[in-house]
Amino acid sequence: MHIAVCMKQVVDLEHIRIRPETREPVLEGLPVKFGGFDKNALEAAVRIKEADQTTKVTVVAAGSAKLKDTVKEALAMGADEAVLLIDAAFEGADSGGSARLLATAIQKLGDVDLVLLGEGSADEYSGEVPARLGELLGVPQVTCVRELEILQGGGIRVTQDLEDELEVVEVDLPAVVGVTSELNEPRLPSLTAILKAAKKPVQQWTAGDLGVTADMVGAGAAKVQTLSNRAPEQARKGLVYEDPEEGIVEVVKALRHEGVLKT
Amino acid sequence: MSSTLVYSEREAVRLELLAGAREIARARQLSVAVALLGPGSAERAEVYFAHGAEQVFVAEDSMLGEQQTDACAQALAQIATQAEADLVLIGSTRRGRALAPRLAQKMEAGSVTEALGLAVHEGRLLVRRYSLGGNTVREVAITSPKAVIAVVPGTFEVAQADAKVDGAVVRVPMALTASRARVVEHKKKQVGAANIEQAERVVCIGRGVEKREDLQIIEALVKALEGELAGTRPLAYEFGWIPEDRMIGISGKAVRPQLYVAVGLSGQIQHAASIRGSKVILVINKDKSAPIFAMADYGIVGDLYEVVPRLTQALQRGP
Repeated sequence: MHIAVCMKQVVDLEHIRIRPETREPVLEGLPVKFGGFDKNALEAAVRIKEADQTTKVTVVAAGSAKLKDTVKEALAMGADEAVLLIDAAFEGADSGGSARLLATAIQKLGDVDLVLLGEGSADEYSGEVPARLGELLGVPQVTCVRELEILQGGGIRVTQDLEDELEVVEVDLPAVVGVTSELNEPRLPSLTAILKAAKKPVQQWTAGDLGVTADMVGAGAAKVQTLSNRAPEQARKGLVYEDPEEGIVEVVKALRHEGVLKT
Repeated sequence: MSSTLVYSEREAVRLELLAGAREIARARQLSVAVALLGPGSAERAEVYFAHGAEQVFVAEDSMLGEQQTDACAQALAQIATQAEADLVLIGSTRRGRALAPRLAQKMEAGSVTEALGLAVHEGRLLVRRYSLGGNTVREVAITSPKAVIAVVPGTFEVAQADAKVDGAVVRVPMALTASRARVVEHKKKQVGAANIEQAERVVCIGRGVEKREDLQIIEALVKALEGELAGTRPLAYEFGWIPEDRMIGISGKAVRPQLYVAVGLSGQIQHAASIRGSKVILVINKDKSAPIFAMADYGIVGDLYEVVPRLTQALQRGP
């Protein structure tokens, strides 16, 4: 079986600062990494491979040149190889463009049976790419997956985590599966795994390699245009008491005054 | 003439979206239609006319009995064509968040999920949603002729059922390709007594609570407040101290109570996005550099094992 794991390089959200004057985030110079759910997807793929050595795991990721560094962790976690989609033509894509780019790369790989990815990316958490990818590839898509099992004789059985129920679904392959963090605990690669990863094949595909243009997968194809992206105006009072004694008295008084206690 | 089409797998959410769609439709002078999927769904059509829908489109194909995303997306695309819909509003539930982009891909439409609000300005559809892990709010404009927007439940209020629309039920014959995904089992989740999303007061605990037995202290506070207990992911999922339907955060629920009390939790950014709608936020934490204090209306720096019991007593004493 050939599994493609789509991963997204995102800025490390723990390091984001907000400029107080403009309420805009400072993103320049921040470290980048793969999102948490993406690693759950990769971990699931590697476990399938460990149970069945004929399985091949390919990471497919689009992004900036920093990907060449970022992808090393994924290879150390157990992916066999990586395809990096790096080209100025891919910049400014909305989720439709990103999905089309990934779909084109997956079709170029040719023999992919299962596409695994995070249910949502760490930064936007829109969950759009798994759904659009399913449609573009013409295959079923299941998202919010917290359990995944390969069935004898092909196909998979997955458990979808919905608000008030779990839904168990059997899906023919090929399929697209979006996973949640409940699926597994991604491994921390060992030193030997990190050293071995350096020798694993990494291909880089450009717009020319894929036969696409910015008007198909980049800014020219975007149907959603960002007007602004700012921290919400903070209207919190921020009255913090360092003396608990005083704090309890004042807080109870204030909560009564606010009218938020049961009357 | 184009229209706005509304769909969710939940009736309560359909009614909310219908109210929102009517507001938007007024600005654009368009009609509003509702889609109902699955066998027997036409029975509820009258409800939507009372809430102001001009048309109700019904697809009763047996393949729509289970809410499989690819089948529902096919059905809605066919209905959207018949309704001449250029805007489709879908409830951003977990199913809806998967359905909306798939439908958008079929319709060659721009899409946004988890929308917090939408407006029409100078003929353009503007949508707001959280971004960068909840640190910021992104405002976007849809630049394509068609749009599919998944709106967070609770964004619009259900309108009075006083419309006297003499609407039409339109049965749409379906040409569906069978899904290659089959539902084999439904398992009910362990469901707690209350719905934390609707609670007026919520006490949410984090890793600062050291042992399961210590929940007693917290439960006393919850009782004094007549509120509901909630927790962060480690408490619900890793430790299993509270049921998962009381989990707040990115893979759990978002709450917007009158009063939100954070006890012994640091407030990772995703947590912040899930509690932002709270009217008043009280934080109790012994680490005064905990990020959650940045969101506090009121904060008490102190050991929860001392502060919580005394706060409970103070609340019980009454004014």
